[in-house]
Amino acid sequence: MSEVVVRRQRSVASLLMMLLALALGASGYLLVHLNQDGALPPDWLMSVGPLQFSGPWYVGVGAWFALGLVAWGVTKWRLPYADPIILPLVFLLTGLGISMIHRLDQADSLRSAELQLLWLFAAVTAYCVVVVALRDHRRLQRYTYVWFLAGLALLLMPLLPVLGRENHGARIWIAVGPFSFQPSELAKIILAIAFAAYLVEKRDVLAMAGHRFLGIDLPRPRDLGPIGIAWGVALLILVFQRDLGTTLLFFGLFVMMLYTATERVGWAVLGLLLILVLGFVGYEMFDHVQTRFASWLHPFTDYDRNLQVISAQFGLAWGGLFGTGWGEGRPYLTPLAKNDFIAAALGEELGLVGFCAVVLLYGLIVARVLRTALAATEPFGKLLAAGVAFVFALQVFTIIGGVTRLLPLTGVTTPFVSQGGSSLIANYILAGVMLTITHQARRPQVAPTAEEYASLSADPTQALPAVAAPRPDPADFADGPSGATEGEAR
Amino acid sequence: MNGPIRRVSVVVMLMFVALMLNASFSYVVRTPSLTADANNRRVRDAAFGTDRGDILVGNTAVVSSEPIDDRFGYQRTYAQGELYAAVTGYYSFLYGGSGLEQSYNAELAGTSDAQFLDRLVDLAAGRRPQGASLETTLDAAAQTAASQALGDRPGAVVALDYTTGAVRALVTSPTFDPSLLASHDLDATTQAWTALNDDAAAPLSNRAVREIYPPGSTFKLVVSAAALESGLTPDTLVDSPASVQLPGSTHELRNAGSCGGDQITLRQALVVSCNTAFANLGGQLGDDALRAQAERFGFGTRLLPALNGVASSFPADPDPAQTMMSSIGAFEVAATPLQMAMVAGAIANDGVVMEPYLVSSVRGEDLNVVSRRTPNQLSTAMSAEHAEQLQDMMVAVVQDGTGSRAQISGVRVGGKTGTAVTGERTPYAWFVAWAEDPTVAVAVFVQDAGVDGSDVSGGRYAAPVARAVIEAMR
Repeated sequence: MSEVVVRRQRSVASLLMMLLALALGASGYLLVHLNQDGALPPDWLMSVGPLQFSGPWYVGVGAWFALGLVAWGVTKWRLPYADPIILPLVFLLTGLGISMIHRLDQADSLRSAELQLLWLFAAVTAYCVVVVALRDHRRLQRYTYVWFLAGLALLLMPLLPVLGRENHGARIWIAVGPFSFQPSELAKIILAIAFAAYLVEKRDVLAMAGHRFLGIDLPRPRDLGPIGIAWGVALLILVFQRDLGTTLLFFGLFVMMLYTATERVGWAVLGLLLILVLGFVGYEMFDHVQTRFASWLHPFTDYDRNLQVISAQFGLAWGGLFGTGWGEGRPYLTPLAKNDFIAAALGEELGLVGFCAVVLLYGLIVARVLRTALAATEPFGKLLAAGVAFVFALQVFTIIGGVTRLLPLTGVTTPFVSQGGSSLIANYILAGVMLTITHQARRPQVAPTAEEYASLSADPTQALPAVAAPRPDPADFADGPSGATEGEAR
Repeated sequence: MNGPIRRVSVVVMLMFVALMLNASFSYVVRTPSLTADANNRRVRDAAFGTDRGDILVGNTAVVSSEPIDDRFGYQRTYAQGELYAAVTGYYSFLYGGSGLEQSYNAELAGTSDAQFLDRLVDLAAGRRPQGASLETTLDAAAQTAASQALGDRPGAVVALDYTTGAVRALVTSPTFDPSLLASHDLDATTQAWTALNDDAAAPLSNRAVREIYPPGSTFKLVVSAAALESGLTPDTLVDSPASVQLPGSTHELRNAGSCGGDQITLRQALVVSCNTAFANLGGQLGDDALRAQAERFGFGTRLLPALNGVASSFPADPDPAQTMMSSIGAFEVAATPLQMAMVAGAIANDGVVMEPYLVSSVRGEDLNVVSRRTPNQLSTAMSAEHAEQLQDMMVAVVQDGTGSRAQISGVRVGGKTGTAVTGERTPYAWFVAWAEDPTVAVAVFVQDAGVDGSDVSGGRYAAPVARAVIEAMR
């Protein structure tokens, strides 16, 4: 009658990859010192307010391995069917990032890498809390409007007079005591949840055909409310925070999820048009945006003003195909190399090959989560997985594209890699949500077979057998049992 | 929802492909211009710190890079810096380079296209790339003799092997020590640079190839060549009055002494360097014939680009009086000492002008030859028959005339003196010569002989320098 699709947990492979990722991350740290001094790293020192911790290099490396293995163990315990390679990929990116920050510390004599390791401790804690407490992402679906309010509040928080901080022309920070926090990082996840919950509920309404124009089904004017509100909020962010990157991420996420939920190309076209309008408005209204465009198109006309992006290009060219090697390049010549331009620093020391490898690491994470979105059996999980995968990809595309002159530079962070606690914590929470969805999508469940539907239509009086799985989406059904190509049927 | 998710996946995939394609495009297309950018500190510092190749004179490295424990890693050192500065130039962090250090920068730094394979091997072997060495054509003995004979008088000496064009000696005075500009102490470099540029004696200017001066009577060789090519013989009689009135002018051109009659042979005119005879001759030949002859010797061509040499010039549109003055190497005729050495060399080489060069071969790090220079003919200045006639006339100058101080027993030497007097400044003393064995042509230019103006003569002050150079090469 019905089959249970059971995917393998791949525990051993996952653990081996985790160990490989941790070793690669640690080797960056060791190679910096072996290349620069011909010796193993000196003692490290971490100071948090009045507290100071220090120790030889292997204690730091040990802490790094411990964090990784704890994260892996907690995942194994609570989400045994979670995707086996996402967590190793996340740790590999984190390790490359901390090693590169440590390498840049050698040039400016700061101790940012130790601080970043401390943030990683907080981030892994947050990750574990999500993994342990959440277990099933569908619980998130209940609080649609709470999420909306929370997300918008976080997004607009930097505009508050006391909390908000302006940095490099964009008002995207809040300061709490000695810490500064970029709330848009967290808002990104919360809004993805809110959009997913809202759209799953309303998608049938939104998908109702409107006017057909140039072969595209445009939505009815009365359904334009949500996209109008989202566009207005995006405009608010653009005008008051002057942050092109967050605007693009936020609105891009909304348009993509609207399109995915309704399956109507009209929404995507409308969304793209509105993004163009936003860009045009931003360009016309703000010198800041015009400057960004000018330094994107013609950076070499003004060496002083575009020093950062020019220096990054010099660095990438200097790295060449295979890079200078850890600690052998001069990425510290680029201002803000630890934050916005860490991709250029990696490209300089690991070369074009290493740069593409990092891009592929991100690509693999996104691909695994998108695959989960395809395989998931209920709409909220599908939409949420697709949404977080897309916004993550868009963020990587925006910042790395900006650093390499594919796009105008916008100040979004490089997930898992760049320096900064709020970004690290937010992205580990995101990883927790992603893995939770993969666990739910991959854990054993009954997959209905084609005969059941066939017999149902043949005999209208026959009742549907009680199965554990929710009623499948007809669109999925048309493609055959989801995930059958990957999983093993028993 | 799977349809839209698939399409979104394609968009996401395109975004990641775009990132990688853009980075690859940048690597392939933009890297050359980024690396060549003058504002690229990475390249500048690294280039300054590379293990640049040596510059060799004979088998001796006169310029080399020594390992040093500072932020650059290698220190450029100039053994006998002052002696070879005119050729090697300097290599400075703040002020770039000059001479061979600049013109062969890519080879010395190991970044030239020809060294691509070496770089690939280095990359595979994990070695630091090393630059190629330059083997120069200089002869240490000739260079030292020229420098010592010139002493501290401002001027220049150029010696060429006229059969190949190889530069055997190239001296300019006063000179400088390139070590001062190659220092890693950038404050000291700045001070040295300021001092060298403020020095009234202009030690940074290369008088041998980068400056042009009126060649005086040495230019009579070019007029003689034009005369022989136009059909005259060494025995043809030419008018040699004590003075000539320049057409359209009240100025009278006089001879320094008696030329030996109102009509003398062309040979005699060259031997005694008779001004009126050559002025008349030049006037008859006309400026076009003179310019054409000068250009066949190399005038108007930028010579020795390795040292960024300049072209010598013959006036573009002189009136008859100016043509007559030009015929004795005055008015606006201006030549580098290198050019005048080529004039003498071409005459000795039976009329064939060889292109001068300084670097005979470039050798990679395993001493394999990256490129080798073969002698190259620049032009034919005159027929072999006429060249031999002019050789005899030049030998007579040294045997019986103004160039007697260049005589070397047992060696056939031809020469021509010159004393360029213009205005109030100290006259320039010139001497150009060639020897049959060794096959060398020499030009000596003494800008300031350090004696009273009326006593200056090429025969007295420049000819002994030429003799010293030729003797050093025997």
